[in-house]
Amino acid sequence: MDFELSEDQVALADGVRSFCDGRFPIAVVRGLAEHAGVDRARWRELGDLGVFSLRLPEAEGGAELGWADAVVAYEELGRALVPGPLVWTQVVAGLVPGAATGETIVGGIDRHDPSRIVEYPDRIDVLAIVDDEGIWTVDAGALEVEPLQSLDPLTPVGRLVGELPQGALLVGAATGAGLRRQGAVLTAALLLGMAEASTDVAVAYAKEREQFGRPIGSFQALKHILADMFTRAEVARGAVYAAGVTLDDPAVGSVERAAAAAKLTAAEAALANGKSCVQVHGGMGYTWEIDAHLFLKRAYALEPAFGTRDDWADTIADLLDATV
Amino acid sequence: MDLRYSESEERFRKELREWLAAALPTLPAKPAGDDWDGRRAYDTDWQRRLFDAGYAGISWPVEYGGRGATLVEQLIYLEETTRAGAPYVGVNFVGTLHAGPTIMTEASPEQKAEHLPQILRGEEVWCQGFSEPNAGSDLASLNCRGIRDGDEYVITGQKIWTTFAQVADWCELLIRTDPDSPKHKGITWVMFPMDTPGIEIRPINTIAGTSEFSEVFFDEARVPVANRVGLENDGWRVAMVTFGFERGTAFVSDLVETDRLISELVRLARLVTRRSGTAWDDVALRREVGHLQAEMDALWAMTKRNLSQAARNGVPGPAGSVMKVAYSELFQRVTDLAMRVLERGGLSVEDVGAWPSGIFVEERLRSTSFTIAAGTSQIQRNIIAERILGLPRE
Repeated sequence: MDFELSEDQVALADGVRSFCDGRFPIAVVRGLAEHAGVDRARWRELGDLGVFSLRLPEAEGGAELGWADAVVAYEELGRALVPGPLVWTQVVAGLVPGAATGETIVGGIDRHDPSRIVEYPDRIDVLAIVDDEGIWTVDAGALEVEPLQSLDPLTPVGRLVGELPQGALLVGAATGAGLRRQGAVLTAALLLGMAEASTDVAVAYAKEREQFGRPIGSFQALKHILADMFTRAEVARGAVYAAGVTLDDPAVGSVERAAAAAKLTAAEAALANGKSCVQVHGGMGYTWEIDAHLFLKRAYALEPAFGTRDDWADTIADLLDATV
Repeated sequence: MDLRYSESEERFRKELREWLAAALPTLPAKPAGDDWDGRRAYDTDWQRRLFDAGYAGISWPVEYGGRGATLVEQLIYLEETTRAGAPYVGVNFVGTLHAGPTIMTEASPEQKAEHLPQILRGEEVWCQGFSEPNAGSDLASLNCRGIRDGDEYVITGQKIWTTFAQVADWCELLIRTDPDSPKHKGITWVMFPMDTPGIEIRPINTIAGTSEFSEVFFDEARVPVANRVGLENDGWRVAMVTFGFERGTAFVSDLVETDRLISELVRLARLVTRRSGTAWDDVALRREVGHLQAEMDALWAMTKRNLSQAARNGVPGPAGSVMKVAYSELFQRVTDLAMRVLERGGLSVEDVGAWPSGIFVEERLRSTSFTIAAGTSQIQRNIIAERILGLPRE
């Protein structure tokens, strides 16, 4: 057993991080708010980098990597707060033409979601619809969506108006359940990256900002907030990586339970760290100008994706019920 | 990243399981909690059995008589022994996990030969004389005085939280030998025989009604300078040596136990009736149990990660603080949830009616010390903030 990143995984993470530093620095990311969250040319660059085709066979243009590798790559995308339907596009890469290359932008919703909220309505080409029978797809252009002001400036939303079409069946219920788990794990990876990045941002601020004649990071009250941020992210990291490994190698444990632990702990970490990041910034944390609010808002946007914390907690309780 | 165990790791697990299955049924009955002589006999008997089977000093190098197990094997050892309900390290704790490793690293060849084999065989029980009433979190401010008189130190002062002092043969003792130097530079580490005249042991009653800790009073007790480990006034560094040994296994037994406790909580909740149905029918309770189990699973994963990193590059340290904070607080939340399930059943530390409730109430009390002992949660957060995040000292 060696549960540490392999050299290749470290290289993959470094590669995605360098790409994000160069092509999705925070200034560019913030600027995407003026582009409905996604710039098609830059989305294609993500496709060229291979983040959507990671797991596909070489014959389909993929890198034949595993879920553990996808998790490592998505952690970096989360760190950089890259906006867009990153998870849905990866989950259906290989199933929906063009998704893997970044040519086709794919979003998703639950057919019975009472909010009827669709993310990135002006950018998605295909909408995936999840229900008990499986996953269906519809041409996004056929949908009627009224725009709504979003919580997260980088997750623009709209609300479905009128009937949602049945769509064309992409995968049946069993495969659909598997894709939902995979979506939860990739979302957890994004949330993990965010939990880590918000910690780094808060720590950097605490070292710079001076009050009472010294950096505020020298005070225990702030040290403890920051230590908790670090701890939450570290706790989530093990669970998220374990979920990736378990998806690749189901013999090592329950995939359902691993996905649950990953999504739950990563969402908790990202939300709590988003709040703490604002708190550490004091009054400035309450301004639009400072990046802290972006971590908090994206955490809220991603938390309900592919199962809420409560959904996954219920799943774990059911699994315990069956085995205890 | 690989969570599968190798063939040799699985072989190690299998052999250990087989040995445990054969050995455990032959153990004598567990003594009562306050039967200290009985507990010493029981724990040291277990240590001897481990020694005879080749499992003593699982993390000790082979050259000192230990197993020299890899970190993954140590993880497996702790998992398997805890799952099988094997005796805890108990009174052998300080010897095998603290004083022993310190002696291994810092002591003279003669000192090593005099103590290490005995510790491994369960022939020597050690206690720790570090903390004092005025030196807890600020351990370096300790004051127990050691005045040099020829080839002896004359010791006067008081120690507290000395675990198992009542049954110990030896004490790893920190004394202040130079009160005029900065506090970290005037401390000496000595091996102190517990049958030395001039000491008095007073057990402390804990909130859990147990007495595993004692105060120890020293009144001009004399110890040979030859019992010193390391140089005079270099004792702080010697004492800190053990912190460098932590490789991610410190909480494995606790994780196994708390995992089991959560399962027992599910069973308990099925027995506790509510106005309609049982406590386990309550979605809110199930959801909280689900949350706690998710965090437990995450801590297992973190353990394996920390261990793998330590195996690769030998660097331990601050990661232990993260685990301590996370585990101790999770453990408390689990026992707190159990109290909520029990409602008025939690008013007794004994089993109430048909409910196996006593253990949960006991664990609620016992878990209280986990955020305090071995570095409070507050100190651990300071360590994380300063040593991992690089924040400036106060």
